[in-house]
Amino acid sequence: MTALGPHAAFIVAAYAVAALVIVALILWVLADHRTQRRLLADLEARGITRRSERRRTEAA
Amino acid sequence: MPLIDLANPTRFLALTQRLLPGLAVATALAFAAGLYLAWFVAPDDYQQGATVKIMFVHVPAAWLGMGIWALMSLSALGTLVWRHPLADVAAKTAAPIGAALTFVCLVTGALWGRPMWGTYWVWDARLTSVLVLFLMYLGVLALWRTVEDPARAGRAAAILTLVGAVNLPIIKFSVDWWNTLHQPASVLRLDGPALHSSIMTPLLVMALAFALLFVTLHVSAMRNEIMRRRVRTLRLMQAGAA
Amino acid sequence: MGPLGALLLRDMRLSLRVGGGALMGVLFFLIVVTMIPFALGPDLALLQRIGPAILWLGALLASLLALDRLFAADHEDGSLDLILMGRTPLELAVLAKALAHWITTGLPLVVATPVLGLFLNLDLTAVGAVALTLAVGTPALTLIGLIGAALAVVLRRGGLLLPVLVLPLTIPVLIFGVSASNAAIVGPVPFGTPFLVLCALTLMSLVVGPLAAAAALRQGLD
Repeated sequence: MTALGPHAAFIVAAYAVAALVIVALILWVLADHRTQRRLLADLEARGITRRSERRRTEAA
Repeated sequence: MPLIDLANPTRFLALTQRLLPGLAVATALAFAAGLYLAWFVAPDDYQQGATVKIMFVHVPAAWLGMGIWALMSLSALGTLVWRHPLADVAAKTAAPIGAALTFVCLVTGALWGRPMWGTYWVWDARLTSVLVLFLMYLGVLALWRTVEDPARAGRAAAILTLVGAVNLPIIKFSVDWWNTLHQPASVLRLDGPALHSSIMTPLLVMALAFALLFVTLHVSAMRNEIMRRRVRTLRLMQAGAA
Repeated sequence: MGPLGALLLRDMRLSLRVGGGALMGVLFFLIVVTMIPFALGPDLALLQRIGPAILWLGALLASLLALDRLFAADHEDGSLDLILMGRTPLELAVLAKALAHWITTGLPLVVATPVLGLFLNLDLTAVGAVALTLAVGTPALTLIGLIGAALAVVLRRGGLLLPVLVLPLTIPVLIFGVSASNAAIVGPVPFGTPFLVLCALTLMSLVVGPLAAAAALRQGLD
């Protein structure tokens, strides 16, 4: 690691904030994906299938 | 962007399934290379010392913050003109990512400003414009959160996005003018003389990494949104059948 | 009298009669300007220096907050559907509504400015400059706010959503309005430069505002 000089705390803080925001975004996307997949699986298990594919794309 | 050609959300889902692993790996590699270059190769600035390293996060975040609004404007056209089913999915999912990266730009800018200007915030033309951009992202997010029906919210958000795209250059111009009126000399110019290649290369690699990160996140978020709408439609059908 | 004139007169009559709330904006303006010395202290020199800014901010908030009901009432009683279905281009109909709104809400603000200028210790030139910039700038505020009003009725949400969406878009008008007023009072730039930009912004919003508002209504209500 190179020497960061007198303002090391600010540099590290900047990278930490960026990393934190990025990790939060990734976690949000992953958690959301898990939720939606579970909901879809639930619906499918209850017999509500995606036979309606054509109607769905028109409605979207 | 492959999104334009893909009219069918189902085919889009299948494609994301194949693309996402590769995108994630490419993002990780680009970040590894970019961070290596930024931390171990790029020299310190003779004036700013090591704080110049903050630029490698700050500037790509700013570029993407602006670029994502441009992408949202294109999607808005897709929503309003062609009524493309994926267009408002793309616009909706880009907004939170754009807001987050603009936020990163603001915070790293403040952390850079403190050692350089002696204060966390100055009403510098650039920072102020980015702050306004951030506020407009929050406005779009607020709009999406207000309305339940995605189609209705999508069209309203598309109009707001386009009006914003027309206004952002004017806001930038006004803020620049206002700034030169109040602060004749700027302490630090990021766009002064052309950056040396030893700084430029890491910056470009980091920008590529951020862009790849955005594409990866955006594609995954679009996939989630398509699934969310599928769940919504299925539930409505179920309620209608019952 | 064409359909646009009829619409203009109808909107003005509606807002001037009981329950229309035409003078609410100017009352709000008066109260905001009165509140500020309580926050800052009665320092006449300070008030004189920031007077144009206070008047502009007050007028900005007053003209935007009054826009909330511009389309909502018409939507509730169905006349908005008639306007949408009519043969008059929607852009022009929306523009006529905006004009009526400006005459009943924006113009009183301009007229009230000299009185409020006295409270803020502004001299004659300053009052004239602020009133002139407000006369040119408030139409832009109304026209930009028109977009927000159209979105609000499409989304069936009122309240704070409108200012949240619209206020960032009014920043250029605020910058050049206050700059022109200050330029007339203390310089250093000539009054003409920011004033002409302010005129340009108003002309631009004359195009963008009705177009976007009409698009929002068409997209949202069909």
